[in-house]
Amino acid sequence: MDFDLSEEQQLLKDQARKFLADQCPPAEVRRVFEGEESFHPDVWRGIAELGWLGTAVPEEYGGVGAGYMELCVLAEELGRALAPVPFSSTAYLAAEAISLSGSEEQQRKYLPRFAMGELIGTLALAEGPGMVTAASLETRYADGKLSGHKLPVPDGDVANIAIVAACDQGVPGERISLFIVSLVANGVDRQTIETLDPGRGHARIDLDNAAAEPLGRPGEGLEIIDRVFDRAAVMFAFEQLGGAQRALEMARDYALERFAFGRPVGSFQAIKHKLADMYVATELARSNCYYGAWALSVDASELPVAAATARLSAIKANHLCTKENIQIHGGMGFTWEFDCHLYYRRAKLLALTLGGEPEWQDRLIDRLRRQRPNAEQAAQ
Amino acid sequence: MNFDDTLEEAEFRSRARKWLDENVPSDWRGRTTTPADIVEFIREWQARKADGGWACIGWPKTYDGQGATPMEEAIWGQEEGELATVSSFPIMIGVGMAGPMLMVHGSDAQKKKYLPPMLRAEKIWCQLFSEPGCGSDLAAARTRAVRDGDGWIVTGQKVWTSFAHFADQAILLARTDPTVPKHKGLSFFIVDMKAPGVEVRPIRQMSGDAEFNEVYLTDVRIPDEDRVGDVGAGWRVAMTVLMHERSGVAGADPFGFDNLLEQMENLPMGATPAIENEAVRARLADFYVRISGLEKTNLRTLSALSRGEQPGSEASIGKLVLAEQLVEQTSLALDVQGMAGIMTDESLAPAGGVHQQGYLRDLCMRIAGGTDEILRNTIAERVLGLPPDLRIDKKVAFEELPVSGTVRD
Repeated sequence: MDFDLSEEQQLLKDQARKFLADQCPPAEVRRVFEGEESFHPDVWRGIAELGWLGTAVPEEYGGVGAGYMELCVLAEELGRALAPVPFSSTAYLAAEAISLSGSEEQQRKYLPRFAMGELIGTLALAEGPGMVTAASLETRYADGKLSGHKLPVPDGDVANIAIVAACDQGVPGERISLFIVSLVANGVDRQTIETLDPGRGHARIDLDNAAAEPLGRPGEGLEIIDRVFDRAAVMFAFEQLGGAQRALEMARDYALERFAFGRPVGSFQAIKHKLADMYVATELARSNCYYGAWALSVDASELPVAAATARLSAIKANHLCTKENIQIHGGMGFTWEFDCHLYYRRAKLLALTLGGEPEWQDRLIDRLRRQRPNAEQAAQ
Repeated sequence: MNFDDTLEEAEFRSRARKWLDENVPSDWRGRTTTPADIVEFIREWQARKADGGWACIGWPKTYDGQGATPMEEAIWGQEEGELATVSSFPIMIGVGMAGPMLMVHGSDAQKKKYLPPMLRAEKIWCQLFSEPGCGSDLAAARTRAVRDGDGWIVTGQKVWTSFAHFADQAILLARTDPTVPKHKGLSFFIVDMKAPGVEVRPIRQMSGDAEFNEVYLTDVRIPDEDRVGDVGAGWRVAMTVLMHERSGVAGADPFGFDNLLEQMENLPMGATPAIENEAVRARLADFYVRISGLEKTNLRTLSALSRGEQPGSEASIGKLVLAEQLVEQTSLALDVQGMAGIMTDESLAPAGGVHQQGYLRDLCMRIAGGTDEILRNTIAERVLGLPPDLRIDKKVAFEELPVSGTVRD
């Protein structure tokens, strides 16, 4: 039984934490959060130089080929540092979509450039409020061109290319297909939008006969996105875990140094019990995340259940820890000046990216039902 | 990451499995319906294990164990749990807690006298710790032990004693000096449960069952050679006992989640099964996430054991999560039954009323073996490093402390 990080993975984690503590301390996060830029170019360059973007990209496509466990280790640290970079959009979404469904030629064309940090990628799915379904998408593809709008698109204002889901008029039944679109080409208009978390850029993208290159089998867009989302869910869960862990530590440290009624507030059981519950939620999430990472790294048949479980567990832990971190800080926790709200904002951003908790609870139950013994007979 | 045994672990597992395959009595299921049956079966099973060298494998070889590693104990637990699924709960106070305590604090004569029959379950042990006035605050025990020549005379009342009516011996925490602060005035004894003055009465629980007992001690005489540790050092000995009061590494799905899922699948709620109901799904998803989190946390604990390390602090969350989980799952199981969920008649209630029974029983888990509140304190203080609560009872003579039912300004 070896259900833990290896020594090498632990070393990678320590190195990543040190790099981010040096290059991406809270003051640098705030430069993006409070400034005009949508991401931090120096941190992004540093991450690219360290090869993090190619962690799970196979060597034949210009990556390091280390694997998904390693990518998850990095994700936890990025989440802990609230890193304001388009890492997830590029590595978890765009690169994964092309790895899973791209032609050999497409993989050769894009993956090395993602791995080097030369190209920022993203996935453009949502078209406004509500859950995405085949019927809800209005973006249309015909004759090599895309028209419609996408909102919100993570890192859409800085990405070079986007994977766009659209109704494919070339497929019987007009089902959903995926397309690669250059976001600097004619027919693409994009505007940065304000969100709960200005530490991560988002955009509205309008497409008006924009040139598009088909990706994956026509009509199977949503199936591919499901698979991409399962994989991304695990990596996002590690970012959420990192945020939860950091919020727990901030709250614990403050409870030790803040005095009230002549004693540290951390000596009151009302505060201790909150912190204990935060610890429990974080440890449950860590265990579920590790299992998700294992399933992802060996492409196990358990992945769909493991990914949904990791995501839901991490959403819960991050929500609880970032919320109670503010409560334990009292009035100071509610100020702009303290960093508590940065974690609280990021928690919701990450909980909604890929679809919110109710959607994933539904997925989890559907998948558990399918796993039951005799489930297939029952369905017949 | 991988979930496989090491070569040594695999070899140990196959040896354990082979012995179990050859020795587990095939008819145990039919023989273990009442608590008395279970105790009788466990005595027989434990003796057979002892003959084969498989009883208390974690005990040192000096005391007829195998000196097995914690990982080997965990593997044995998994294998034995799969085949001989009768809980060894009735002997856990003895082999799991009193035995290891005696190895640390007992005299040579005590070890020689008590360990061998304990290992074979010839003698069953119970624990006389909690009292009507002290549960979480165990050091406030009021049962008195007064010196009398070459022995002690003990008087008091103990509660929540499982298997007291089957027990031959007990470990006892009693106050020998009320004039000093409470932790310093306690001493630790071994009690013969058949001695004059020991009276066991069942406690009727809120469920109507009686799984625990009160034990009245009236002028019970204990020879001084049955005192463990120095006079006044009882708290330290009791701490050693409580250190061993851990649930250990639980097996896969001890929660019955699969059953719950099955029930939600089969029980109609309107035109569709309960599992199609949005509110039910949300609660089920929450439950699964916590159960899965606990199972995988156990895997992390096993990994530490497998590496020969102490389990990490994550091992401390188990009972806290499990207890609340049981209570909530049972509650949901009743909720989906609608109005009929109130029926306890076994012939009328779904699943023979098992969930209704659980509704009245499971709450015990949040209190027994460390309340949820004490466990949260422990996590906060030992894991997160928060300061202990302000205490008014540590420096005052025990007899000066306020107690329940007295009013002081």
